[in-house]
Amino acid sequence: MKVSLSRRYRFAASHRLNNPKLGAEENRRLYGKCNSPYGHGHNYVVEVTLTGPVEPSTGMIANLGELDPFVEKEVVEVFDHKYLNEEIAEFRNRVPTTENVAREIFRRLKNFPGAKLERVRIEETSKNSFEFRGNEAESVPA
Amino acid sequence: MKNAHMKPMIRITRKVEFSAAHFYHNPRFSAEENRRIFGKCNNPHGHGHNYVLEVTIAGEPDPETGMVLDLKELKDILQREVVDRMDHRHLNYEVPELAGKIPTCENIASVIFELLEPRITQGKLYRVRLYESADLFADCTADGIGSNGKDAPGSIK
Repeated sequence: MKVSLSRRYRFAASHRLNNPKLGAEENRRLYGKCNSPYGHGHNYVVEVTLTGPVEPSTGMIANLGELDPFVEKEVVEVFDHKYLNEEIAEFRNRVPTTENVAREIFRRLKNFPGAKLERVRIEETSKNSFEFRGNEAESVPA
Repeated sequence: MKNAHMKPMIRITRKVEFSAAHFYHNPRFSAEENRRIFGKCNNPHGHGHNYVLEVTIAGEPDPETGMVLDLKELKDILQREVVDRMDHRHLNYEVPELAGKIPTCENIASVIFELLEPRITQGKLYRVRLYESADLFADCTADGIGSNGKDAPGSIK
C-alpha cells in the first residue's frame, strides 16, 4: 500500500497560445480562440501530490505548515494575476499551454524538502485537466 | 508482449461521506512543539470535517452479472466498516483502530484501507481516497511496492 497526500491551490492568470515560428493563419487554425491576440485567462487549480513515508510522530507525509508557504512562494505568488507569456521567463520561448505550465510547476516544486513530488495536475477549467509526473531523473527527491 | 494475455481491468468507485472531530497532539512533544508542528490542528477542544471517501475496486466483471462487485454490497461494507465506526465520532477517542495514531488524513485513509481490504472478496481493493476538505486528500493505493500488508504505518513512535 502506497500513501500519498494531495493539496489543491489556485491562481488566476492570462495567456495566449501562439507559436512565432508559425504564420498568423496557421496559429489561428491550430490554436483557435486560444490564439486571440490580446490573450485570455483562466482560474487554474494546481493539485500537488506528494509521496513518502508517513512520519510516525506527526502522522504526516508533509506538514501543510511547510508545504503551503512553499507552493505559495514558488508558484502562487509567481503565477497569480500574471500574463504567463510575458511575465514567466519559461514562457517567453515556449507556448504556455497547460501541458507546459504543468511541467514548469513540477520543476518549481520538485525540490520540496522532506517528501517526493509525485505529480502535478492542473485544471485549466472544470472540464480540462493536465498532469505531469516528471521522469525518473526529475522526480528523485532533493 | 508481457501481460498480453491479461484482459483489461475495470475499476469501480463508490463514494460515501462521514463527519467527525479530531485534533493533532503527540504526547511525546512539548506543548510548544505541538503548537508549532500542528498549528491550529492542535486545539485540544478539537475541530471537525465533512470527510468524503472514495473507494475504488479493480477487477474483472463477473460474466454472469456483468459486475466487478455489486455496488450495493460495497455500500453495505462501507457503511459497516467506515460510517458506523467514524460518522459523528471523535477520531482521537472513539475509534480504536486509530488509537495511538495522529488522526491525519494519511493515517485515517491507511486505517480505512486496512479495514476494507479483507472485506473485499470480489475484485481487489485498489485505492482509498479520503478528502478532508475539497482541497486536501490522501490516497492509499495497492501496488507491488510495500504491499506486504504487515506494516501498521503511523503508530506513534
